[in-house]
Amino acid sequence: MKSSVSRLSLWLLLTPFLLWIVLLVLLPHLQMLRVSFQVRESWDTIAWGVEQYQNFFTESYYWRTFVRTGVMSLFTTFLTLLIAFPIAWYIARLARGRSKGILFLACLIPFWASELVRTYGWMILLRESGLFSSWLQALGWADGPVEMLYNDVAVIVGLVYNGLLFMVVPLVTTLDGMDENLVEAGYDLGGGHGTVLREIVVPWAMPGIVSGCIVVFMLTLGSYLTPILMGGKDSAWFTEQIFTQFITRFNWEQGAALGVLLLVLSSVIVWLGLKISGQSLRKVMG
Amino acid sequence: MIKPSRLIRNHALLLSAALATAGFSGSALAEELRLITWGGYAPDDVVAQFEEETGIDVQVTLSNNEDMISKLRATGGAGFDLAQPSQDRIVGVQRQFNIYKPIDFSRVNTDQLQSSMVKATQDSTELDGKYYGVPSVWGTSGLIVHNDVADTVTDYTDLCDAGVEGQVSYRLKRPTLIGFAFAMGMDPFAAYSDRDAYQDIMTKVESKLIDCKSNVKTYWTGGDQLLSLLRTGEVKAAMAWDAGGWKLNAENPDIGFVAPESGALGWIDTFAIPRRSENEEAAYKWINFVMQPEIAARITNASGNFTASKGADEFVKADLRDAYRDSFNDAAISNIKWYPPVPPGLETMEGQVLDRVQAAN
Repeated sequence: MKSSVSRLSLWLLLTPFLLWIVLLVLLPHLQMLRVSFQVRESWDTIAWGVEQYQNFFTESYYWRTFVRTGVMSLFTTFLTLLIAFPIAWYIARLARGRSKGILFLACLIPFWASELVRTYGWMILLRESGLFSSWLQALGWADGPVEMLYNDVAVIVGLVYNGLLFMVVPLVTTLDGMDENLVEAGYDLGGGHGTVLREIVVPWAMPGIVSGCIVVFMLTLGSYLTPILMGGKDSAWFTEQIFTQFITRFNWEQGAALGVLLLVLSSVIVWLGLKISGQSLRKVMG
Repeated sequence: MIKPSRLIRNHALLLSAALATAGFSGSALAEELRLITWGGYAPDDVVAQFEEETGIDVQVTLSNNEDMISKLRATGGAGFDLAQPSQDRIVGVQRQFNIYKPIDFSRVNTDQLQSSMVKATQDSTELDGKYYGVPSVWGTSGLIVHNDVADTVTDYTDLCDAGVEGQVSYRLKRPTLIGFAFAMGMDPFAAYSDRDAYQDIMTKVESKLIDCKSNVKTYWTGGDQLLSLLRTGEVKAAMAWDAGGWKLNAENPDIGFVAPESGALGWIDTFAIPRRSENEEAAYKWINFVMQPEIAARITNASGNFTASKGADEFVKADLRDAYRDSFNDAAISNIKWYPPVPPGLETMEGQVLDRVQAAN
């Protein structure tokens, strides 16, 4: 009797989640998969085929953008980790009491504004008639206006900024739980800074590092606004091509195929990342 | 102090109340006109006056050609009661996706429209003997140029001149392909019906645009973005709409709109009725309302573009009329290249060209 009640309540609790997953995640993706295998013969007849996937491999600009997006996202994730680790270390281990809360809040506050606003903020700073450029000129370090926007560096700056919080949070959580004695023991046994970091801190923080990396990588790979607005003419980003196929070219079939490929790419890279770092998804997300 | 559980309950109550009212307001207001249009085509004061005179609630969604078509295609022509696509983008789309219904011209007050434009729009939106568009607002694409470089940039291809390196911008969209083709001495409109000839033209334009890429500061994607690039002087010459040029001209007389030597590209935005429009009556009311000369002039003053309304010119702001005359002498007007309807399939071809230009280094 009791077990059937608890089972019922479990199902009731699960229902919203299941509805969400099935209706809003699973079904649309299956539909997209179906559309990606449709080939439009004329306006009202459709055949099945893999033409869209062939296009992807024969038209070099598709897979070149695809590879570029993947590589730049990996680089962004790595850079975010490098920048976030010292920040997380300071917040988790060195800051005490009030200042800990304030520092954490400082990381959080930029995310009260939307991605669009944050990106425009960077554009105001980096553009030719922007703040940085005019400071450089005022200090006499540059003769004329300096354009810092519309290149890959600007895109990566924007993406790292957008991902930072999602790296800091899991790192702080894992580093928080580390026993200070472990670090001290490492030094007592004759380890230098490098050895302690490599042998004790990083292995301990690995679940946090991996989960942070997964989130940041997914966010970066799927971001749209930042590469478009800050990248300018060379901004080619894979999400942009998907958007273009759906919205400006009315070619849903091609767009769906590209979407499926992006999903596969991100899943494969995350799986590889987990394999290489020796983590399991359960451990990382638990 | 409020207990947390109480607080949550209060919030839940508030939320459900808000949801309930939101649900009711959708059904309580009987008459509604859902309009999908371009920025500036439905100014707030015009909407307010229409609502006051007719009691119909107007929901405006701002959009552009591709977005309009995509939205209507996704729903099979539902979700909006009136749309404003460009006249050249109706027939091909209608044939492929069947998202519009024919216009009943007996319900349109054509007396207040310029008859030549009505005729032209009917011709270009005709499918199986039925017409799908009423002309509303027209304008051109050409060059917005700063005086500093006005001697260098007189045609689209001059944007690739070494003298303006890093100071030019244009869109990666079909008007750019068409404009460059004309400036390179070809006639893309004549080749619309001949796919091979058109492909040939596009291939030449593609290599020109790839060569030109290093000259471009950035490909602009939105009107406001372009205006701020020109306003700050970061961009000195751009391919853009006339209205944007006149707007900047009002702020800074050194910047102006120039009709290129090979001809400005003329477009007419229409009124078209989505196939599953739920309030056609209101749609026709809106068409007849905004095409009254005085109202149409207010749209011109807001958007910068002139309308198909007869006699609206005398109500238009004087400086806008002057800017228009500065940009277009009689020769330039007769040299305007009006977009003919785009046959299905061409846009796929153009799309690949644009993708290759975007991806080129």
